[in-house]
Amino acid sequence: MRHHLILRVITKLLVGTIFLFALYVQFHGDYSPGGGFQAGVIMAVGFILYGIVFSLAKAKKVFPPWLVHKLLAFGVLLYGGTGIYSMLMGYSYLDYTAIDPHHPSHGQHLGILIVELGVGITVTGVMVAIYYAFAARAPILSDEDW
Amino acid sequence: MATQTVHHAAMTLTEHLPILQVLIPFITAPLIVFVGRRELAWPLAFIASFTSFVIACLLLSKVIGGGVISYKIGGWAPPLGIEYRVDAANAFVLFLVTGISTLVLPYARESVSSEMPERTQTLFYALFLLCLTGLLGVTTTADAFNVFVFLEISSLSTYVLIAQGSYRDKRALTAAFNYLIMGTIGATFFVIGLGFLYMATGTLNMADLADRLSGQYDSRTVRAGFAFILVGMGLKVAIFPLHLWLPNAYTYAPSAVTTFLAATATKVAIYVLLRFIFSVFQPEFLLETSALEIIFYPFALLAMFAASFTAIFQRDLKRMLAYSSIAQIGYMLLGVALLSETGLMAAIIHLFNHGITKAALFMGVGAYVLRSGGSFYIHLQGLGKTMPWTSAATVIGGISLIGVPGTAGFLSKWLLVQAALEQGYWPLAILIVASSLLAVIYVWRLIEILYLSTPTSEKVVQEAPLSMLLPLWLMAIACIYFGFETDITMGAAKAAAQALLSGSSGMMN
Repeated sequence: MRHHLILRVITKLLVGTIFLFALYVQFHGDYSPGGGFQAGVIMAVGFILYGIVFSLAKAKKVFPPWLVHKLLAFGVLLYGGTGIYSMLMGYSYLDYTAIDPHHPSHGQHLGILIVELGVGITVTGVMVAIYYAFAARAPILSDEDW
Repeated sequence: MATQTVHHAAMTLTEHLPILQVLIPFITAPLIVFVGRRELAWPLAFIASFTSFVIACLLLSKVIGGGVISYKIGGWAPPLGIEYRVDAANAFVLFLVTGISTLVLPYARESVSSEMPERTQTLFYALFLLCLTGLLGVTTTADAFNVFVFLEISSLSTYVLIAQGSYRDKRALTAAFNYLIMGTIGATFFVIGLGFLYMATGTLNMADLADRLSGQYDSRTVRAGFAFILVGMGLKVAIFPLHLWLPNAYTYAPSAVTTFLAATATKVAIYVLLRFIFSVFQPEFLLETSALEIIFYPFALLAMFAASFTAIFQRDLKRMLAYSSIAQIGYMLLGVALLSETGLMAAIIHLFNHGITKAALFMGVGAYVLRSGGSFYIHLQGLGKTMPWTSAATVIGGISLIGVPGTAGFLSKWLLVQAALEQGYWPLAILIVASSLLAVIYVWRLIEILYLSTPTSEKVVQEAPLSMLLPLWLMAIACIYFGFETDITMGAAKAAAQALLSGSSGMMN
């Protein structure tokens, strides 16, 4: 898409905003609509848009596939790890009170934030991994045939 | 904000057992991907599987006397929170599933490295653990919607695991796709059914559902919910007319995957069916709706005969065993349909015995695939002489499949016949014996090919490696051991049957 100047300029402007919006949705998920799933998808959209406009190879340079794999596993580990932490503190699995036993409500707040972060990271990873898997197939039409 | 001090007695490790059962394979799966080293994938998977086997043994020993262990996720009390609940019925299934996975993993190492390219092997073990997680979660949870979530975890990983067979035979891809479509329809029906039940009761906790449903058996919503759940789970169980995904999926999946799935996946689905039929709905509901007479009896009998008959004419050992699995599911359903304690015991024992029998047989097939390159009968001719150990163990599995006295298979069929006679259904008892004769025919065909025919190819076939023979023989010995030593299986099945038949009473404590 080398000759689509408008698309490239707009994309450059948009990608940052999309990431910012993703983080907003991520960290406001506990009181307003949103949360890890939505934020993860929005975050992934930033990478996917970049990949569509600037080629898959460049997207892979920014967000290499090995990192995608690590991150999607890491998100689940973060989620599960929060639960294991509360088990180690003598509470039941995913009982966020364990994070701050003196202020259970603070603990709950922090707990849901960490868990949602795990969800967000995994969803971003999975969405980008799916995009890479589909986009890596040989294109039927090359860019010059248009 | 003022400091609130909340008194809390620290929980001990034994109290965490129900969650650890599911959590250990669940956490290990992403850990394998995160670590990302091929050498570490198998050891991690094996440690996780073995640990959950130990946990399953501990849980079974605690509840076999009739106790119930309840665990509140996140400290939220049921019915609002998600509850994990272990009683004799699901502890027994957990014991089977973790036991099989722990034996399949050592076996898988050699088989997987010959059937799959190296780059997919790390992810294979992660997926295997996810599938195990799903099956264990379905079995442990007491929350109806959580059942659906775990069912999807196990199903999605199963589709991919089956597709891994495409390195050996491309048809694995269509088999996996077929199963994907059928399995998704099944899961959708299941969740629609749950939606109806939720509409009628406003709860998803199984015990709470049972309490609130008990007055509403005439409601159409509830009945439609029951029908959707029955058909949805029926697809997963592969009840006779809904079995079409099974033969191809089992035939083209990698050998280790077939072994694991045949011994566990359908069994867990049957457990869910039992849990919903007997714990969420009460036995009285079944008597009222006569669902069993119309659906279970004819289809169970059809499965026993039609599938056994089809098995006789197969030319591929894996496919033959797949059809035989469908027939065996017929026996389990028949036990359920009898609606008596003995019948239910027979179903639960057969679930276990058929699990170990099929595991032994499919492990044998995997060894043949490794050494002679295929599971068609033409590949197997005369292998009884060149692979004596594999063949002997496979034949023991076959004998247990028929139900010859002294093997595990005999015990369950004997109980089933007894349950039929208890209710005076003697024609049913005759049909059970008659369909076992069909099993004699297809097992005899296998013996004939292995021992009485001469090899067609010049290729010298070696005995299977020790890492495959050992799990295979352990399974074969288990087939005989559980034929003589009946205390564990009978005790567990009796406790499980009583727990299920008592319905919801005893669920809320």
